[in-house]
Amino acid sequence: MNTEQELKQFQERIDNGEKIEPKDAMPERYRKQLIRMMSQHAHSEIVGMLPEGNWITRAPSLKRKMVLLAKVQDEAGHGLYLYSATETLGARRQDLVEDYLYGSAKYSSIFNYPTLTYADICVIGWLVDGAAIVNQTMLAKSSYGPYARANLRICKEESFHKKQGYEMLAKMASGTPEQQKMAQDAVNRWWWPTLMMFGPHDSDSPNSAELIRWGVKTKTNDELRVHFVDRMVMEAEAIGITLPDPDLRYNEETGHWDFGLIPWDEFWSVVKGDGPMNRERIRARRHAYEEGAWVREAATEYARKQRLRAEKAS
Amino acid sequence: MSTFDEIPKTQQEALRTVVLWLADDRLIHGHRLSEWAGHGPELEEDLALANMALDMIGHASSLYAYVAKLEGREEEDYHAYFRDDIDFTNCAMVELPRGDFAFTMARQFLFSVHAFLLYQALMDVLEDEELAGILKKHFKEIRYHLRHSGEWMRRLGDGTDESRERVQHALDDLWMYTGELFTSNAHIEATVRFEVFTDPATLHAPWMEMVRQVLDDATLTMPDQNQYMFDGARQGRHTEHLGRLLAEMQFLRRSYPDASWT
Repeated sequence: MNTEQELKQFQERIDNGEKIEPKDAMPERYRKQLIRMMSQHAHSEIVGMLPEGNWITRAPSLKRKMVLLAKVQDEAGHGLYLYSATETLGARRQDLVEDYLYGSAKYSSIFNYPTLTYADICVIGWLVDGAAIVNQTMLAKSSYGPYARANLRICKEESFHKKQGYEMLAKMASGTPEQQKMAQDAVNRWWWPTLMMFGPHDSDSPNSAELIRWGVKTKTNDELRVHFVDRMVMEAEAIGITLPDPDLRYNEETGHWDFGLIPWDEFWSVVKGDGPMNRERIRARRHAYEEGAWVREAATEYARKQRLRAEKAS
Repeated sequence: MSTFDEIPKTQQEALRTVVLWLADDRLIHGHRLSEWAGHGPELEEDLALANMALDMIGHASSLYAYVAKLEGREEEDYHAYFRDDIDFTNCAMVELPRGDFAFTMARQFLFSVHAFLLYQALMDVLEDEELAGILKKHFKEIRYHLRHSGEWMRRLGDGTDESRERVQHALDDLWMYTGELFTSNAHIEATVRFEVFTDPATLHAPWMEMVRQVLDDATLTMPDQNQYMFDGARQGRHTEHLGRLLAEMQFLRRSYPDASWT
């Protein structure tokens, strides 16, 4: 698809709110952008298993242990259907995975921060999943059918995770002095990185305009961020948590909460690989991938032998 | 003093003893499986391992709740968080470090065959309907674990040279911990006398048969039967690994005993 006529027809379908399906004609650039976004989303789900997995063996009750284990399992599931959805665009899962392990593909920078106390698990549920939901609710309306449907499904599970995280955080925030300290400290550490999850300011986001025109996204990074802050201010107040931003103020004119300067230097530094956990996360994922190679080879070899036996028998 | 120096004197104590073994086995095994979260050899297996870990910890949780009820305790997972290693009665096999994928699957397989036979026998002898109902629910999942781990034994045994070598090695390493699944002692005899447990020795022959069948299919060799067998974990005489596992598992709950986490 390259002629102007074809591009125009494609844009008309988008503007009419039609969903683009795998076998439909689409501009090469649309396909590429989607592969980049969707696989990045999938990698984030997988790397995201690490900071939370860090607390499974130490969860403070069997119920909390099972909740966390189920959540981490859900993330593996999200990764799986996001990779499958990306494969509908002609990409191979293995190539995508190797591109973030050894190449230049990215995953969400939020997972390059450490989980220091159990309260971090609650805060990831509340803030990080909360931010993910804002983003994914928009993506559930994406113009690419398989991606929209994957996000719809993910949102349902994420909403559940967010609720669980928020409830447990509320409990800690009104618990013993030690629990309160852990809860507030975790919020202090995760608040700014969470705001960065929506990506750079619109003025610094080169892909945004194109993605919006193609209906892959329907809102800009800054719009989503403002929407998120508005919600979180209320939710924090309701459970007695303070958000670590002295400039947070309600703006009568805009009807939104104004917030302080996001530390963008830190954002770009973590994106480029210099964050507290970047190297460890990649090392852990590479290790799992490389250590798993003999298992995958065995499964392939066994399947081959079984096929040969079946052929011989018939 | 370890609680398990005391031999059950009533039927209820005997029942409590048996349910605690079952629960401890499942909690500790589930813990080792949960260590795989995010580190599996492929995404599908990350899901399966987490699934089995969830099943096992779920089984343990329902069994601990049952014991807590017997004892009139409010805290359902008291036994998971507030006992020391000499009070745990899980078999030693489940506390060994997770090892590689071959070790994890070989352990899962040997354990699941035993769980399958043990649950069958228990569902036969148990009179307590509530407990029988709990076990019946677990049994469905145990069958899945058995199938899943059995399939992997075949894949790894009859896969590549490396996978065969790894899984054979795992079986050989694990074998000395299989003996105590079938040995008796004064506690077990008491539970058999009160008719809440089957003589574990009777499970040995069918266990060997089921294991042999899969190992044959998987072109693996049965480890040497006449070797030293570890014994005593059911009476709190564990390996050195359990203490560290519990230190990790219990630290937060024990550090703040007044805090609520439910």
